[in-house]
Amino acid sequence: MAAGAASGGSAVTDTYKDARTWLLLPAWLTLTILVAAPVFMMLIYSFLTKEFRGGVIWEFSLAAYDQFFFDRGLFGDDPAKIEWTYILIFWRSIWQAGAATILSLVIGFPTAYFIATRPEKSRPLWVFLITIPYWVNLLIRTVSMKFLLRDQGPLNDFLINIGLIDSPIHIVNTNFAVQLGLFYSYLPFMVLPIYAAVERYNFSLSEAAADLYATKATTLRRILLPAVKPGVIAGCILVFVPSMGSFLAPDLLGGAKNFMIGSLIEEQFKGNAGNWPFGAAASMILMSMVLVLLMFYARQQAKSEKAEG
Amino acid sequence: MVEETSATGWETQLSKNEQIAIDVRDAVKRYGDFTALKTISLSIKDNEFFTLLGPSGCGKTTLLRMIAGFEDVTEGGIFLYGDEIENLPPYQRPVNTVFQNYALFPHMTILDNVAFGLEMRGANKSDARKKAGEMLELVQLSQFSARKPSQLSGGQQQRVALARALAPQPKVLLLDEPLSALDLKLRKAMQLELKHLQRETGITFIFVTHDQEEALTMSDRIAVMSAGELQQLGSPNDIYERPRNMFVADFIGETNLLEVSVDKVENGRAICHLGGGHELTCNAVDEVGVGSKVHLSIRPERLFMSEEPAEGESLKAKVRENIFVGTDITTILDLADGPEFIVRTSNSDRGNKRIFEPGTDMYVNMEVGAARLLVD
Repeated sequence: MAAGAASGGSAVTDTYKDARTWLLLPAWLTLTILVAAPVFMMLIYSFLTKEFRGGVIWEFSLAAYDQFFFDRGLFGDDPAKIEWTYILIFWRSIWQAGAATILSLVIGFPTAYFIATRPEKSRPLWVFLITIPYWVNLLIRTVSMKFLLRDQGPLNDFLINIGLIDSPIHIVNTNFAVQLGLFYSYLPFMVLPIYAAVERYNFSLSEAAADLYATKATTLRRILLPAVKPGVIAGCILVFVPSMGSFLAPDLLGGAKNFMIGSLIEEQFKGNAGNWPFGAAASMILMSMVLVLLMFYARQQAKSEKAEG
Repeated sequence: MVEETSATGWETQLSKNEQIAIDVRDAVKRYGDFTALKTISLSIKDNEFFTLLGPSGCGKTTLLRMIAGFEDVTEGGIFLYGDEIENLPPYQRPVNTVFQNYALFPHMTILDNVAFGLEMRGANKSDARKKAGEMLELVQLSQFSARKPSQLSGGQQQRVALARALAPQPKVLLLDEPLSALDLKLRKAMQLELKHLQRETGITFIFVTHDQEEALTMSDRIAVMSAGELQQLGSPNDIYERPRNMFVADFIGETNLLEVSVDKVENGRAICHLGGGHELTCNAVDEVGVGSKVHLSIRPERLFMSEEPAEGESLKAKVRENIFVGTDITTILDLADGPEFIVRTSNSDRGNKRIFEPGTDMYVNMEVGAARLLVD
């Protein structure tokens, strides 16, 4: 550092460089200790041998990944076949997270638009109202949701009382319940980035479109959506990614049939039945999928920014 | 409300409604308790370059936005070639707008921006693009058609906005202070270009500006507005030479505004006196009677200075200051015991008309009738 600073020239820039190093330290520490180190540990663990009562034996092994993708029979000596169990769980996770994301978008976009078009003074209040339910712990919210949705719960009671249905609809322990749970858990992550994008949107563009004979639907599709696309994509990522790895909603609302990847990972580290390397491997697979997704997004962003000059 | 000030009232010449492009009838705009427009009626002729002129907050933009359809009309009606349009949404009105900040679609190319309106009117994509290309040629921007708006300069964006609004061949083009963001030179060039475009296309232009010079340069007729009211409607010449009230006289061009009282009215002339006992004869105005205290407007360029009283009206004064402003020399005078006067002498007239050193006693002169009495 000192050598680099010396070549930098004047004493003033030296001072700034020193200050910069110190000011960046917390960020570096956070990233190293809280992000890089755990991921690295997870990566190592996924290549170790499992200890039957949890934990690992420090011996290199590809068994965890092998178990995830291949079925070698009960004793492990059959010819390798593709193991569909985990791939199916993975697929279900993508599907459930995708459905929750679409649900969040359908509800979140109008909400964000509504807030962004309120008078400037009242917008912070609306944003504040959106965040209020999230002061309550996620577990409690999810359990409450189960209570609301169950066969004898308030929702079914209400629907029966107003005569819309005769017998309760089974919502709990279905895919839909999980989607609802995920949607409710992560909705603000959809609303806030879209709100930020719509707030920056120049509404005279909508007027210009209307002036040029575009109907409201066309204006939304051709002018507003392209303009707020970065916010929409950010919202979708922020809902999709945690939904993929979520285990509370699928556990509490989905029951045993609607297992997701988050629950699978959770199970490997809980109690004595766990398989740490396998959990670590599943985490790594989940993470690499999400990374691929983010990289795809980043590339799209760079492309469209380049196009806009 | 406000009568046409031109000699031949055009309304009598019109037999058919079709020749009126936009007819605003008793239009009122209120926002809650605040009245932005107080019962405005005006008719804009077909093929006319019409300007709404006034200071900010006078309601000119509100009126334009009501014609475009962005603002509801609280009371009254707006007619486009005889059809009532005030309840139609903007996308059903065959008028287009050039916005103050251009409002070009940032994610579309210049060509697609210009083609947008044509496409929305049902043209297929290739036809729309072909027509848009022609429009870009008209505003000399063909070479930029593949660029995005952010890659263009302000003046170029302005021309794209113009091409985009003209492409669907609107019946009326609305321009909301389109030149205000440009620098002086570019603005002057665009003023001429706009005027030519209007002649070439034959489309009625309604132009909103707060710049009186711009309005005088470009318009066939001008509506001067203030505080939500129409102050005067007429040709640039009418409005400049025969301002109807103090606001118009003061807002349009530079003028000497003096408080006077009317002593006598005879033979179409009014004899008035101003501070210091000076006497002046002006053209009488119907609404001004003997004894009334009113204002009088004299344009600085209608005044000239001399050593001896000239024919017509002469007042004794002393030169305070000469200011050189390029094309003109502005002289500030003090009338003996009276108000100050501003005199403008054209630089090219310096041979004929004298400039005096500060402190010199001299006479300031005008033709009889150059001073105009104003209704307040």
